[in-house]
Amino acid sequence: MSDGHEVDRRGFLQCMAWTGTGLIWSVVGGVPRSRAFGPGPAEAQSGESFSFVQISDTHIGFKGAANPDALGTFEAAIGRIKALDPKPAFLIHTGDITHAQKPGAFDTVSEALKGVGVEKTFYVPGENDVFADGGTEYLNRFAVGGPGRGWQTFDYRGVHFVGLVNVLNFKAGKLGSLGPEQLEWLERDLAPLASSTPVVVFAHVPLWAVYPEWGWVTDDGTQALAYLKRFGSVTVLNGHIHQIMQKVEGNVTFHTARSTAFPQPAPGVGPGPGPIKVPVEELRGVLGVREVRYAPGQSRLAVVDTSLA
Amino acid sequence: MKALLAAAALLLAWPAVAPAQMPAHMPAQMRARMSAQTEGAQVEIRAHGFSTPTVTVKAGTTVTWINHDDDAHTVTSTVNAFRSPGLDTDETFSHTFTTPGTYEYYCTLHPLMTGKVIVTPERS
Repeated sequence: MSDGHEVDRRGFLQCMAWTGTGLIWSVVGGVPRSRAFGPGPAEAQSGESFSFVQISDTHIGFKGAANPDALGTFEAAIGRIKALDPKPAFLIHTGDITHAQKPGAFDTVSEALKGVGVEKTFYVPGENDVFADGGTEYLNRFAVGGPGRGWQTFDYRGVHFVGLVNVLNFKAGKLGSLGPEQLEWLERDLAPLASSTPVVVFAHVPLWAVYPEWGWVTDDGTQALAYLKRFGSVTVLNGHIHQIMQKVEGNVTFHTARSTAFPQPAPGVGPGPGPIKVPVEELRGVLGVREVRYAPGQSRLAVVDTSLA
Repeated sequence: MKALLAAAALLLAWPAVAPAQMPAHMPAQMRARMSAQTEGAQVEIRAHGFSTPTVTVKAGTTVTWINHDDDAHTVTSTVNAFRSPGLDTDETFSHTFTTPGTYEYYCTLHPLMTGKVIVTPERS
């Protein structure tokens, strides 16, 4: 799969086909390599190693032609997470929990994810979660007591996690942004850390320029990335575009995730972004969840995407 | 000019309420006024765009937006003059423009989607 601004559609489709059976991405010397994985004995989780799950763009409440049963595919994703062995330490939801803030959708998702049996789910909002009320309901549910408007930080077994919010500053004709308050907070948060600290950043809209013409970029994302540049291992996890893409820039590896609800077109393909309808039998092959594995001493986290097929 | 023609075409295409649908006992003046208010323009939302990004109408005109996308969209004034809820597929939002002026709007879910309604005086 190619990286960066120019996405080779053919390569992309090949990747999609590959990931129907699961794929491990790892990076050696800055070059991403992949290998298929199949059923087999789970890797022993020992010492300080751990894994976590990224789930994204569940869009509960979506009933469009691209997937009239977004609740059913979300439940299939829950099944995939429950089956993971070893169990993930926690979950990260990278936004668009709901489809257009449909009543009850926040409850559906948070209750279902509590049932997965992991201690905690960390959330960041997508635009669908905050557009109707400026984020009031989302922030009251998921961000009470946090340092700002939904942004957050935590440490787990030596890895520093940062959740960023890039959907609360939407203005007509402009791209989504983090805003100066959040950027200042980020700079302060990272300042005391040793450059050897592995950092994982998660946010809804890609922090890198996937396709600005469709709004698939964060306006001031480069400023955030400037603060992260000095670290030896940075993993950036995003959602929003409902497809797997990867890019490596120095020590920073960017990954976008699949949705559990519906696919979107490859960047620039077709008249615009939005749900696309694929043949029914192919739908679950383009939806999925992601497991991320960390092992001390490895500079890159292993990112394993599993489809719902 | 192109936008004006498009707006005119939309005005023609959008039917006013037929007099037969109005109560017969309604005073003629009120009937005329209701007829004017129900005249309108329609803007289609498709492929993350507004079909007629600039619509020019006379004061008193109702503009209706209809969403043909699978994605939800909104029609939201940049100065809070009007604000639709999230519109799902085939859902519509209407707003009657009574005061002349230029009204810019966008979709709060996809802010690169922008449009404007230019409202001219009723008698011009």
